[in-house]
Amino acid sequence: MNSTMRNDVSIGRTLAIVAVSLALGACSSTSGNKKDPIEGFNRAMFAVNETIDSYAVRPVAKAYDDYLPVVVKAGVSNFFGNIDDVFTGVNNFLQGKPGDGASDLGRFVINSTIGILGMVDVASDIGLAKHDEDFGQTFGRWGVGNGPYVVLPVFGPKTARDTVGFMVDRYVDPVGNIEDVSVRNSLSALRIVSIRAELLPADKVVDEAALDKYSYVRDGYLQRRRSQIFDGDAPRDTEEE
Amino acid sequence: MKAMRFLFAVVTFLSCSVAVASELAPDQLLKKVTDEVLEVIRNDKEIKSGDTRRAMELVETRVVGHFNFSRMTQLAVGREWRKATPEQKKLLTDEFRKLLVRTYSNALTQYKNQTVAFKPLDLKAGQIDAKVRTEIRQPGTKPLNLDYYMEKSDASWRVYDIEVEGISLVTNYRGTFSSEIQEGGLDGLIASLRTKNSAVLVGSRASKT
Repeated sequence: MNSTMRNDVSIGRTLAIVAVSLALGACSSTSGNKKDPIEGFNRAMFAVNETIDSYAVRPVAKAYDDYLPVVVKAGVSNFFGNIDDVFTGVNNFLQGKPGDGASDLGRFVINSTIGILGMVDVASDIGLAKHDEDFGQTFGRWGVGNGPYVVLPVFGPKTARDTVGFMVDRYVDPVGNIEDVSVRNSLSALRIVSIRAELLPADKVVDEAALDKYSYVRDGYLQRRRSQIFDGDAPRDTEEE
Repeated sequence: MKAMRFLFAVVTFLSCSVAVASELAPDQLLKKVTDEVLEVIRNDKEIKSGDTRRAMELVETRVVGHFNFSRMTQLAVGREWRKATPEQKKLLTDEFRKLLVRTYSNALTQYKNQTVAFKPLDLKAGQIDAKVRTEIRQPGTKPLNLDYYMEKSDASWRVYDIEVEGISLVTNYRGTFSSEIQEGGLDGLIASLRTKNSAVLVGSRASKT
């Protein structure tokens, strides 16, 4: 994880990984899905990530979810969500939505103060709705296409565009830029566990729903990103109907 | 005579309730079904403790009538649907229906204390296709968007797709289905669905005991 190294090193590494994956894709066998030209590599990486998740991440998230009271979990989730609000705001400005951007920055000011360092989401209660933006979505808004689908080691599903967006997200991320290594690592780990814990209920559903978990997760990710770029109002995909 | 009057009352009652059901707007219909289903779950310890089979009974009696499974299967299979024989279409629909009903029932067993809020629907006269937007709210977490695509046929509205946070439960199968069809044809897909359905059944039996 990037928390154990300096941001620029981890970004360089991620870039190298993407370059290698794209190169590998050229010689790996494909089933002809044009959105997923390096399927052979992606499937292998997906299997690796599943193993990491089942042995390292999921058990910790499960314990976190089972033993901590809802108030604490909500506080942690809100704390990181509050940091995200700043960059959601920046991205809303970049996407030409100054109203939403101002609302997001307002949320950050209110929640950081009245909301005790962001742990209580007071802003939502007074009607400032939470948005969800990142640099990958901004590039998408600007007309950059998905590019090939890539499963990154540890970080999981991305598109080529979202990999670049993700690197920018990481680069500006205040948690990853904390000087004190132990604080930075602890906070990064806590954020991952908190996000994973919120996804636990989906595990069983996905396992039972998917004929092939790899393609189910891939297509779900691609649909989700498309929906996010349109802020939940994507025109219905009528291809092949 | 008494029996006749009783019968008449029953028939009147039935025809009234059918008329009421068909006149409901899509969002009102969904709200009614959602309220009924959540009411049952709230009072059912077995469903809440993860008994998928019991949740499936509930879905079969209260929910499936409002879903158009043949349209759903057609959407998931995509352009190969036209090449399917009537027999293949029936088998595909039956197996896909089983898979969806179980997935949906399973999701119901995860119910905690969420509430469902229906967003306003602007329905024009003569409209036969609608997207009903709802939000699942749970204290301490972000609300989850759950949207229903519905169409009106034979005077009643039926669901043909569900979107969770922008992910369509039906079209999400398209990629998988098309590679299955590429490998083993429509019969190969039917066989895979069968295998999946029986595997999950065994799994849920095993986890119960």
